[in-house]
Amino acid sequence: MRSETFYREQEMLGRRRRASDQRFRLVGMVLTLGTLGVLGALLLNLAVHGLSRIDWQFLASFPSRRAGEAGILSAWVGTLLLMLVTAGVAIPFGLAAGIYLEEYAPKNRWTAFIEINIANLAGVPSILYGLMALGLFVYQFRFGQSLLSGGLALACLVLPIVIVATRESLRTIPSSIREAAFALGATRWQAVWHHLLPYSTGGIATGVILAMSRAIGESAPLITIGALTFIAFLPPAPLMSQPPFVSFDWLFSPFTALPIQMFNWVSRPGEEFQSNAAAAGLILIGITLSMNTTAILLRRRAQRNIQW
Amino acid sequence: MKLRLFDIFGLLAGLFWALSAEVGAGEVVKIDGSSTVYPITEGAAEDFQKETGTKVTVGISGTGGGFKKFNRGETDVQAASRPILQSEIQAAKDGGVKYLELPIAYDALTVVVNAKNDWLDSIKVSELKKIWEPDAQGKVTKWNQVRAEWPDKEIKLYGAGSDSGTFDYFTEAINGKGKASRGDYTASEDDNVLVQGVEGDRYALGYMGYSYYAAHQKRLKALGIEWDAKEKPAVKPSQQSVLAGTYNPLTRPLFLYVNLNSLERPQVKKFVEFYLTHVEALAQEVKYIPLPSSAYGKVWERFEKRNIGTAFAGHTDTAVPIDEILNRPLVP
Amino acid sequence: MTSPRPAPSRRLDRLLEGLMVWVLRAGGWVSVLVTLGIVITLVTESWPFFVEVPVGRLIHDTMWTPLFAEPQYGISALLAGTLVTTGVALAVAIPLGTVLAIYLSEFAEPRFRDWVKPMLELLSAVPTVVYGYFALLTVTPLLQKIYPDLPQFSMLSAGMVMGIMIVPYVTSLGEDSMRSVPMLLREGAFALGDGKLGVALQVVVPGAFSGLAAAYVLAISRAVGETMIVAIAAGLQPKLTMNPIDSAATVTAFIVQVSLGDLPHGSIGYQSIFATGAVLFLMTLGFNLAGHLLRRRFHRAI
Repeated sequence: MRSETFYREQEMLGRRRRASDQRFRLVGMVLTLGTLGVLGALLLNLAVHGLSRIDWQFLASFPSRRAGEAGILSAWVGTLLLMLVTAGVAIPFGLAAGIYLEEYAPKNRWTAFIEINIANLAGVPSILYGLMALGLFVYQFRFGQSLLSGGLALACLVLPIVIVATRESLRTIPSSIREAAFALGATRWQAVWHHLLPYSTGGIATGVILAMSRAIGESAPLITIGALTFIAFLPPAPLMSQPPFVSFDWLFSPFTALPIQMFNWVSRPGEEFQSNAAAAGLILIGITLSMNTTAILLRRRAQRNIQW
Repeated sequence: MKLRLFDIFGLLAGLFWALSAEVGAGEVVKIDGSSTVYPITEGAAEDFQKETGTKVTVGISGTGGGFKKFNRGETDVQAASRPILQSEIQAAKDGGVKYLELPIAYDALTVVVNAKNDWLDSIKVSELKKIWEPDAQGKVTKWNQVRAEWPDKEIKLYGAGSDSGTFDYFTEAINGKGKASRGDYTASEDDNVLVQGVEGDRYALGYMGYSYYAAHQKRLKALGIEWDAKEKPAVKPSQQSVLAGTYNPLTRPLFLYVNLNSLERPQVKKFVEFYLTHVEALAQEVKYIPLPSSAYGKVWERFEKRNIGTAFAGHTDTAVPIDEILNRPLVP
Repeated sequence: MTSPRPAPSRRLDRLLEGLMVWVLRAGGWVSVLVTLGIVITLVTESWPFFVEVPVGRLIHDTMWTPLFAEPQYGISALLAGTLVTTGVALAVAIPLGTVLAIYLSEFAEPRFRDWVKPMLELLSAVPTVVYGYFALLTVTPLLQKIYPDLPQFSMLSAGMVMGIMIVPYVTSLGEDSMRSVPMLLREGAFALGDGKLGVALQVVVPGAFSGLAAAYVLAISRAVGETMIVAIAAGLQPKLTMNPIDSAATVTAFIVQVSLGDLPHGSIGYQSIFATGAVLFLMTLGFNLAGHLLRRRFHRAI
């Protein structure tokens, strides 16, 4: 028979545990909201300093030494063209690698080697991709300090993201689908192309969007290869109104990009340039946040829609 | 999903079609070099592009970095905040590059402290040397080690990076040997970083081109320089003191070096002409000190006659009046 | 019922299959090519530097000034900068991230967690230049109000913002690994009378240990490799100091600073950035491998 004190002790302990639970719950909630609050403070700061600066003139003007006249035309065109190159390289290779590793590769040492490799690449600092691009693309291959070198550097950077996303989305498809295809006589590639890829587009699209969002925000590799900060002209257009209608000159043109322009303006003391930087930053963060949010929503929808 | 991709592609195609109208001439005029001269060059490039549509790229690799590119023929114009050095003259010969040396403006290399600094207004050259010479590294760390009345606080140093002409000139003028300096300071080729640093730090001391100081006069204080070795009184940097020849030894000419071969291209020729025509106004705009008109006359003459070579024989001569420089013989 | 389309000839199918295997396998090996590209570039471009500069100087010199008339090659100055900024960042990210992970996995309502988790992930979607801007122009003045002697560029300011950026790495992975701890273990502890906090600290956290460790290692790797925040806000003064209130240069900031100056191929300055890049690569390689092994152990343990 337990004594009364024992039960009273137990009750006290229980009350104390519940109290500390409550306290931790409070702490956790406060910290969560506080951390999210930092993000909010950042956005608010950018908006307060930069929102007023964003108008058609800002979007359509070249950078200038007069802060009031400066704009981001060359910067956002550069970012756009850069993304063309990055996507054009990272998506095919990433898809191919993801499909290979998930559907084709035998479970041997070589495959494990490739997988460790990809895991490592995902963690390599972005500036090292810039150094590689400097040594290899800019000088060795003689692409120069151009959109091609920059786009390739970013493509290598985001390749692991595309690969992992492809693998994850292929992995969620149950093997019964594959087996059914094989049972009907499909080759492996036919199974992939006709059955697996259509189901995994949601996941792959998510991965691609996250990868591009990452690439848009990166500046360190571009600075390393020497993206110039004062560009008051646009690279030659890829499409022309005369034959042969498609030009590749733009690939070898010097360029600037949104994060680099912002970096340049941040480094210039003076309130007018600060508000230019804030405006550029607002646009930049607007682009990356909306891309990431789209990716997250896409992921949710893909997960919910498919019922195996 | 496929349809949407197609739409996006079509949109992009249309965008580029529209943008193709913006394309100017395929030729690019390449300038690189000093970040000190950059404010002038930026203005010239911007206005020139607005007027003619020719593309100009302006890099800021620093005087040293820019010369290396210039001597390999990779750039058309080199902006320099010091004369070409002996090793660079040799490199130009090796690279087959013939150049015109065109002084374009004066800079008053300014020593700045934070605006809240209330214990000094001027500083002696010998004191600057004590602070900045290589031996000072790790040893001269506090203000009161230089002059006893100054505070017992750490000096926060900001200066030009080692690829910068400002670095070369300052070390030559103050320490007596180019590129000889202590290493424990915040170094940047970008003077803007130095401005930010000194602005925010009560115990900071830095040196930079006059233009960068002048743009931030409210938060920076320029020190008068007392050349104690020549027994001259302290002089503050300004347009007047530079033109009068009293701000020494930190008055220096800024240069454009132009590749003779590049001048065969009409865009480059037009650009240099534009630059020379407008440099007086541009320099004033960014608070550098334009040369006297007689000097500009001689510079134009040199350009039109295509007189190649340098007047400095590879040395960074400090405190030489501009007329003397322009009258010296040119050595290719 | 419609009759199925006649299948194309089997030979074509097999040809296509053979071709696709080859194409896809090439894609798989491209990633290896990228790693080779990085390694070969770093080695070949930095080799001349390491040949010229004796290892002793790399260790004993106290400054990093390879471009001066009397150059100093103390890479420890840069490493100290990286160490201190990483330390500050981890001091923020690890406690905060772990507490958030515990809260989200053990205490929060599922619906709350459902929208909070993606929002936290957005913290890592902010471009690092923007974080740099925030550190220099908002956080530093704020800190200067508390401590007026804080210099304009400091490792504290940069490190704190880096910490916020890294929190999602810790929270996301940490929360995932905590949630995979089997419910049974928790129920056992509850049955013995423990409260939620006690269960969390004594059952869940130890149970999720390898996943948490993997998250921490990933955070370290990210902090070591971060470039823009430190380049903008920590200063560019390579000096050997352990004081977070100081301004200092990290390995990454040095590479950026020199690249801004645009070095010509083959000069000692050019080689020095590859040399420091090589050191950086080795550091992050070590951390990444450790994290990978830890994550494998966590997957296996479940």
